[in-house]
Amino acid sequence: MSNQPNATATGAAGLGASSYLEFEKPLLRIQSEIEELRRREKESDRDVSKDIEEMTNRLRSMTKRMYSHLTPWETVLVARHPQRPLLTDYLRLMVRDFCELAGDRCFGDDRAIITGFGRIGPHKVMLVGHNKGKDTKERIACNFGCAHPEGYRKALLKMRLAAKYGVPVVCLIDTPGAYPGVGSEERGISYAIAVNLMELSRLRTPIVCAVIGEGGSGGALGIGVGDNVAMLEHSFYSVISPEGCAAILWRTGEQRKRAAESLKLTANELKRLGIVDQIIPEPFGGAHRDPATAAANLESHITDTLRELKRYKIETILKKRYERIRSLGSFFESAQSTAQTRARKATAAASRTPARTRRTASRPADPVDAPG
Amino acid sequence: MQNERTDIPAGVWERCQSCGAMLYREEVEQNLHVCPECGFHRRIDARTRIAQLVDPGTFEEFLDDLTPTDPLKFTDRIPYPERIKSQQKATGEREAVVVGRAYIRGRKVIIGVMNPAFIMASMGAVVGEKVTAAIERATEENLPMIMVTASGGARMQEGMVSLVQMSKTSAALARLDDAGGLYIIVATDPTTAGVAASFASLGDVILAEPGAMIGFAGPRVIANTIKAELPPGFQTAEFMRTHGFVDRIVERKNLRPEIARIIDYCGK
Repeated sequence: MSNQPNATATGAAGLGASSYLEFEKPLLRIQSEIEELRRREKESDRDVSKDIEEMTNRLRSMTKRMYSHLTPWETVLVARHPQRPLLTDYLRLMVRDFCELAGDRCFGDDRAIITGFGRIGPHKVMLVGHNKGKDTKERIACNFGCAHPEGYRKALLKMRLAAKYGVPVVCLIDTPGAYPGVGSEERGISYAIAVNLMELSRLRTPIVCAVIGEGGSGGALGIGVGDNVAMLEHSFYSVISPEGCAAILWRTGEQRKRAAESLKLTANELKRLGIVDQIIPEPFGGAHRDPATAAANLESHITDTLRELKRYKIETILKKRYERIRSLGSFFESAQSTAQTRARKATAAASRTPARTRRTASRPADPVDAPG
Repeated sequence: MQNERTDIPAGVWERCQSCGAMLYREEVEQNLHVCPECGFHRRIDARTRIAQLVDPGTFEEFLDDLTPTDPLKFTDRIPYPERIKSQQKATGEREAVVVGRAYIRGRKVIIGVMNPAFIMASMGAVVGEKVTAAIERATEENLPMIMVTASGGARMQEGMVSLVQMSKTSAALARLDDAGGLYIIVATDPTTAGVAASFASLGDVILAEPGAMIGFAGPRVIANTIKAELPPGFQTAEFMRTHGFVDRIVERKNLRPEIARIIDYCGK
């Protein structure tokens, strides 16, 4: 509450005390010391600007260091940070002339997924994204970003409209998961997601997807199939929440840190596994410290990717998209080759081929050969 | 009923999980593992299912050599490779789905059957690959694709590798659909989560066994979210039919003629 106007002078590294996460305590200490110095500078006439500068530099370098080595659980916390930029922030910072289109023409308008035309850089796009809501009222209205079937149907309807006119689709993913409720099941949440997975694989326009915060399982994937799937540096993408995983495997939520590690849900791990194509850098200290830079980075990723995709005919794009999807997560081996691996590792690669004769064109780093 | 005799010779008599009746095991097996008293459809493994569905001696399996790796180096109570090994030993299968070519009442099909006995038929990379490859074969050979689904969902121990199998299988189905191929689903207990939200919902025709649990989110998760009790019969095959997501509830003994009939209606 002691908001002094010059508190912002600490720059991107400075935040209100309440915005610091548990693991950021050391940063908060320095921040408080800086504020203390400022206060003393005002009271006495002593010049402490040198000390302040030094402390500020220390804060910056510590923040940088901390954020270059986030643990998976810390990443989860950053991705869910209450001040992390949301879809509406990116709409404001990155999209011009946004023209929202509502409704699934079937049941209603799900506020958990927002769709509409807009311009990003030189491109006209159809923007589809999860909406988590900025304040309590909004959050309740959009179920904290958990979409119902009508959300996925709305998304598909607008994407088809875009495809009709060759307008590319941009999907921004940020959801804890599809809504687990009675109405959701009654109206066919499984079917709605499944149809999207099938239809996005053959939608006749370029599709660019980016996880901007939480990538929550099937609810994320329902608008997450495309020609290029990227993640913001400190976002995460997981088959189940760390809490859910811990509850199932260890029967206690206490193991969520361990679950977060086990699930390999960070952008770096998923890049290594070939699940995502690119990692979009965040400003140091995370997107919430500097939303404008985060939006600029996301924007340049989207414009670059769309420019590249637009060089190809739609047939080529669809063929490549299928190959991309087809080769995802191909971690298996044939039993014969397993036996031979034990005998002689060197022959494993060759003996694996019979089982894979039908595999589609290989990607740069064929993940089949990657494990180990 | 609690104080009934317990000195029954093991393996000859069994109690029905649903109605509690004591049943002679052989009789249950002859009745396709359906309780003769109450009609409860028991879960059955993939081989038993195939023997029930396809013409004797016609099943030609493919990709039976595929076996999982451990892309995440996942350890919960036991390391994932050990879990796989013990499941392989217990079931005699390498993974949770069996796919192949077969005849059903003389009609040639590609068929995939999931095996709830294997880590609740959860979908990892091998299940995704085998289902996708089966769909691709059906597309290439212009054969109907029959998928008998049962699954607890994506396999947590393979993390995101398992989640992307949902898009992989669904993309293959888009191609089957483009080629005019027929896709029939037989949803059995339980067809849930990541499998329900991908290839198990995309059938041209969806049949379901009576009483099968079919749904996306776990009932406990839903009850926790809405902080209320779930309506009776929630997430059953009958519930799904009422809400428009299943075409027909078909008893196990009628599956063969029903599948054959649909193939004939859609045959070229």
